[in-house]
Amino acid sequence: MKYLDEYRDGRAAREFAGAIARVVTRPWIIMEVCGGQTHAIVKFGVDELLPKEITLLHGPGCPVCVTPVELIDKAVEIASRPKVIFTSFGDMLRVPGTSGDLLSVKASGGDVRIVYSPLDALKIARENPEKEIVFFAVGFETTAPANAMAAVQAKQMELKNFSLLVSHVLVPPAIEAILSFSDNRVQGFLAAGHVCAVMGYTEYEPIASNYHIPIVVTGFEPVDILQGIYMCVRQLEEGRATVENQYSRVVNRAGNLPAQKLMREVFRVIPRKWRGIGEIPFSGLGLGGEYKFFDAELRFDLAGRSVEEASECISGLILRGVRKPPECPAFATRCKPEHPLGATMVSSEGACAAYYRYRRFQPLSDNSIIG
Amino acid sequence: MCLAIPGKVLSITGDDPLTRTGRVSFGGTIREVNLTCVPEANVDDYVLVHVGVAISVIDEQEAEQVFEYLAEIERLSDSGDEKQ
Amino acid sequence: MTEKKDFQLSCPIPISEYPHVLLAHGGGGRLMHQLLEKIIVPAFSNEALEARHDGAVLNLQNTRLAFTTDSYVVKPLFFPGGDIGTLAVYGTVNDLAMCGARPLYLSVGFILEEGLPMETFWKVVQSIRKAAETAGVQIVTGDTKVVDHGKGDGIFVNTAGIGIIERNINISPAGVKVGDAVILSGDIGRHGMAIMAAREGLAFESTIESDCAPLSEPVMNLLAAGIEIRCLRDLTRGGLASALVEIAETSKCHIEIEETAIPVQENVQGACEILGLDPLYVANEGRMVVFVRAADAEKALALLRAHPCGAQATIIGHVHQAPASMVTMKSRIGASRIVDMISGEQLPRIC
Repeated sequence: MKYLDEYRDGRAAREFAGAIARVVTRPWIIMEVCGGQTHAIVKFGVDELLPKEITLLHGPGCPVCVTPVELIDKAVEIASRPKVIFTSFGDMLRVPGTSGDLLSVKASGGDVRIVYSPLDALKIARENPEKEIVFFAVGFETTAPANAMAAVQAKQMELKNFSLLVSHVLVPPAIEAILSFSDNRVQGFLAAGHVCAVMGYTEYEPIASNYHIPIVVTGFEPVDILQGIYMCVRQLEEGRATVENQYSRVVNRAGNLPAQKLMREVFRVIPRKWRGIGEIPFSGLGLGGEYKFFDAELRFDLAGRSVEEASECISGLILRGVRKPPECPAFATRCKPEHPLGATMVSSEGACAAYYRYRRFQPLSDNSIIG
Repeated sequence: MCLAIPGKVLSITGDDPLTRTGRVSFGGTIREVNLTCVPEANVDDYVLVHVGVAISVIDEQEAEQVFEYLAEIERLSDSGDEKQ
Repeated sequence: MTEKKDFQLSCPIPISEYPHVLLAHGGGGRLMHQLLEKIIVPAFSNEALEARHDGAVLNLQNTRLAFTTDSYVVKPLFFPGGDIGTLAVYGTVNDLAMCGARPLYLSVGFILEEGLPMETFWKVVQSIRKAAETAGVQIVTGDTKVVDHGKGDGIFVNTAGIGIIERNINISPAGVKVGDAVILSGDIGRHGMAIMAAREGLAFESTIESDCAPLSEPVMNLLAAGIEIRCLRDLTRGGLASALVEIAETSKCHIEIEETAIPVQENVQGACEILGLDPLYVANEGRMVVFVRAADAEKALALLRAHPCGAQATIIGHVHQAPASMVTMKSRIGASRIVDMISGEQLPRIC
């Protein structure tokens, strides 16, 4: 497939890895923010190609993982009601709430359906006028234009039986939150390429200069990630701290203006609670103005609740890069994909699931079983 | 958030910018994609698609950049100039 | 009194976390295997079951028979490249072929939902007839039941089959040896993606056809040519990955495969990419892995490629000693990772 397979080329990947090894003179810790990048790194084994001086940390780049427990509980409650068709991306179905996940609601007879696009959920709403269709609008900025589009089209069609359960989160505030923790170890960032395709990268420039930290907008295929790491390491070695764009075939500095306009029309920036991290101001999107009509929390009267997190799961420390999954005492023992304790094991993007599923092995001469 | 795939625009329909739609081919598998956010996209362009919505048009020239950059690094490495 | 209490099932491990059956329990992954291992196998244990192969090999006086059964619940009933009827026949024929048996006779049981259009039933029966003819088997017995409207999904089909093992062969995971070559009979992921294309909410226009096909002829060709087949496994739900993991775990060997050797059609790749699915775990219905001695690999390959069902057959890896009971894959950029079973069904993702 064009514009995909070329960036998975083994030779180019190994060349970039070799270039990183030649340029590096001391240890560096780099975080990739996006779950899709974590997935690619672990699946293709990108970290295995890197020199030992480079440590990759996996950040909170999975909106599934950071969706607060109370929102899962609200989703489960809405989906359990009669005459509701609850639609969602596949990722959300296995995330555990306080008392179960959406899949178990389906097993008990709830009408829970996986859709590929929020526009498919709109179609279901039009075809089922006697039911209430709710769409679980989760995601970073990448998904916001599509969710905004669904709301705008719903308003145009005057749909009365459609609503959105919104859990949108924004990346720049999360990066700042990570950098401001006193135990922060991150020295460079790979910014999420698809988020930047929508938003551009002007928001990262003040972060790079205020914290003196290089940020490279990076794509998702192994060659992209390796080039992004190379560019980041060069900045670190040279003492520079700017925003660079590795993913220039898709991203430009200003971003996608029609998409941003759609988002401004439908959403407002609000504070959001991140599972495992806590509340970060100005880090979420909520429906605003006339679009509040489509807010499922209001329609089903579920606004304003809070839940305590379970104690054994250390997703929060993992999402901030303070711990790696194998360092969690429950990893691969009490916490596995078949019975996850927290969202980072459930989502196939979650650092824990990625480590578990694609764990590396080394010949018996080496003790480590996980890369 | 992250999963966006490049596909080739085969045809475009719809006059209203809000519902401008394209048939986009991903290696031969075709999906209807909303093109509202990429008004500049034309037939035969490659667009980046996330959850049924195109969020960017792929720049053919920039796409080469990755390999030109790599060739440049290799050239510098061969001539011993890399760390400059 | 005491006996009644003892009879209660106590299920201490993960299954107890699921008070209800989930779709994932039928998905071909870890949860399904737990259902088999914790509830089913302990209840019926015997030598034939313990072999954990696709069909049971039974010794009856001077004859060795292979015996298998399968149920079919596919939705939609009709998909590009086949329907529930074709699936039912080829699925059972293939399970018999995986034991090295020549498939002979099938039974077909139908559970029909009240209100099913008679034309639909007629079409399925015709498909079964055609598939049986193609595979060279006869439908010799069967049953039909009807359930109330709302209690069934249109049609459920169960088939059982018997075949005769004509040679003194023993094909099962136990036969796998260090150094063996692993051959994959063709490209993967077609069946699962053909079905996905027709599902509501995920619908896309696709040219993907299910790979549903009978594998008995290619297997018989290999046997007739004197190839010593160590093990066969047809790929179904759970895909290539699950089949290999099952074999590695049963035979306690280490299977290493190369990502670049695994053929995937471009339109299948496209569909998988959009939905975020890994072709390694997508269902197939007309593909198998064949374990042979390394020395026989090229000859086996040529024989498979000479048959339409094996035209894209290719060597994808080899069997090693250690680490035991594991499958690893060398990625296209040269790094190795463990290939495991997934817990349930693979779900489309956005992240």
